[in-house]
Amino acid sequence: MAESDNIVVETAEKIFADLADPQTVNNDKKDSWQAPLWQALSEAGLPLSWVPDDLGGSGASLADGFALLNAAGRFAVAVPLAETMLAGWLLAQAKIASPEGEMTVLPASPRDRITHDAEGALSGRARGVPFAKAARHFAVLAHGKDGASIALVDAAKGRIESGLNVGYDHSDTVTLDKVQPITIKPAPKGFDQTTMMLMGGVARSLQIAGALEAMLDISVRYSNERVAFEKKISKFQAVQHNLARLAGESAAALAAATSAADAIANAKAFDDAVYLEAASAKIRCAEAAEKGGAIAHQVHGAIGFTLEHILHRYSLRALAWRDDFGSESHWAVELGKLVANRGADELWPLVASR
Amino acid sequence: MTAALRFDPIRLPEKCEQLRKEVRAFLAEEIAAGTFDPHKPNREDTDAPEFSRRVGAKGWLGMTWPKKYGGQERSFLERYVVTEEMRVANAPTRRFFVADRQSGPVLIKYAPEHIKMDILPRICRGEICFAIGMSEPNSGSDLFAAKTRATKTDGGYLINGTKIWTSSAHIADYMIAIFRTSQPTKENRRHGLTQFLVKMKQPGIQVNPIGQITGQYEFNEVVFTDFFVPDDHVLGEVDGAWKQATSELAYERSGPERFLETYYVLTELVRAVGPNPDTRSAEGIGRLVAQLHTMRRMSVSVAGMLQAGKEPVVEASIVKDIGTVWEQQLPHRVRDLAAFVEETATNRETLERQLDFAIKTAPKLTIQGGTTEVLRGIIARGLGLR
Repeated sequence: MAESDNIVVETAEKIFADLADPQTVNNDKKDSWQAPLWQALSEAGLPLSWVPDDLGGSGASLADGFALLNAAGRFAVAVPLAETMLAGWLLAQAKIASPEGEMTVLPASPRDRITHDAEGALSGRARGVPFAKAARHFAVLAHGKDGASIALVDAAKGRIESGLNVGYDHSDTVTLDKVQPITIKPAPKGFDQTTMMLMGGVARSLQIAGALEAMLDISVRYSNERVAFEKKISKFQAVQHNLARLAGESAAALAAATSAADAIANAKAFDDAVYLEAASAKIRCAEAAEKGGAIAHQVHGAIGFTLEHILHRYSLRALAWRDDFGSESHWAVELGKLVANRGADELWPLVASR
Repeated sequence: MTAALRFDPIRLPEKCEQLRKEVRAFLAEEIAAGTFDPHKPNREDTDAPEFSRRVGAKGWLGMTWPKKYGGQERSFLERYVVTEEMRVANAPTRRFFVADRQSGPVLIKYAPEHIKMDILPRICRGEICFAIGMSEPNSGSDLFAAKTRATKTDGGYLINGTKIWTSSAHIADYMIAIFRTSQPTKENRRHGLTQFLVKMKQPGIQVNPIGQITGQYEFNEVVFTDFFVPDDHVLGEVDGAWKQATSELAYERSGPERFLETYYVLTELVRAVGPNPDTRSAEGIGRLVAQLHTMRRMSVSVAGMLQAGKEPVVEASIVKDIGTVWEQQLPHRVRDLAAFVEETATNRETLERQLDFAIKTAPKLTIQGGTTEVLRGIIARGLGLR
């Protein structure tokens, strides 16, 4: 696993190792690991990493928060840590203080839209909202006559149709019908739903990259233990080459995600260059989740297909995370349009600018 | 274990962007003067000696080398910018590319001082061309099966045997080659090969061109018959070439040339679909650009590791594996996406001509400079599997 020289990540990794060990979590049929994990994360101030001190958070940098999400991916953490971080970040854009407890963001798809009327009441339907059922509050980006606003909403005011994503985590449909928010303020100039989707997409990219790092690690370990045809399967060239490809997919996902995180952390505005970085990260990480996850399963054989083995905690979550904040198909179309619109001779300058 | 596979988000420093402008301006002038056509990668004669000299005069060859050898002592990241701009423009770099990328660095490390003082400044001026003599008729990926013999004689060695698939040997002034000086030992089958500097264009060397499926004649068979190489042309340890070969691989395998070889078809596709592409074209282009951007970020990251004095052999192998597979598939993906391009697209003919060439080029990309299979073996070793 990656060594960290970052106090936020070190703290988180210690908590994950103690309270979110994938094997322990996987054996626990009653989900009794959830409450202590969330409590420890909260006490360390991690869910509100991206909220400044004066708005009730712990004021970590964007870069540290992204590194934390990467670490969460390496443990396949299944509590609304990323969602609460994103919600706190969204609220902070409008200088709205974050409450305690689990939060999530809506909309969670570029295709859904929440609107607000002149009195600030919110309406609309958001599908695929991660952990909506577990959230005490929603951070909402809503559109009104005068542009985008950001609102804090009591989760009990929304109607929730509960669902599960492919990784068995909550992914719910939330309907708001003239819901009066706790607070609503205008979004900063230039901040729109695309900004929010790019940010969410990079968060998911780092989680996918983390999951792939873990899949590589456990696949290599397994191949060095499992004996077939009287030798360790790691000695078969076909297996070696599959694992080399998994290493490549893992490396590509990590490179794309950390590059995009670095771009956002240092961005003055969400311009074309940041768009290229963030959209590319989501596209490439989603592709890696498919290709890399398939190899991890292939190496493990039947045991990796069982509920008792931890592999699915990574492989299925990585696949599920593809869908949040715009799938790779969505971003590919949008990035393709942006590139075409800039023109053929502007493609290389854009790529080379990063 | 996976800690070794980090690709930190290295950014090119500000001075690189100034340099990039200079390179683009230079290339624009060369194109305007008719030195080369950036839309025609499939030129028959890829040797451009005058262009090579002008690149040298700009100080863009041997950029990272010590000044006393004619270098500029600039960073690998600056060299990276020059390399990628040349590649994207389809500039005729054949004459100097190998010398600049790997032959020069090998000489700096292993050649005697008087040879360095003689040869390196000429590389920097763009005057001389290098070839690499590795493969033989019965020894390709299995480098250490090489049989061409170097037999000790008075003041040097006599070379007998054949190198093959040797790019640019027909124009090269020098070759850096490995020859067998001893038999392999029971303990070490890699023992017994020695690296030599060979002066080409002399009696005792016969260069026979080999036609490639692209229609070009860029690689050759090189036959040595009692060819004399003096003692001071031995590079490094006699019988110990196997210790020297690996560290250079990171330079050879991670550069922008490992994913940009067929890039031109992507540019031309974007031109053909125009500013308002349909959903299918947009998605296809978006995916390709995301993949390209990711590889470039990985490749720049490896350049940063090289600059920091590391030897990222596994990371470089990953870049070449993913990069060459991508550039090999690229013309086929572009062909798919171009299937419904309007008959009236003004660059349709250019795109079709380029695709024809790129599709013929594609098979070599995962073979030259280390096959995909060899690379995956290196990555597997890095993972602790071998």
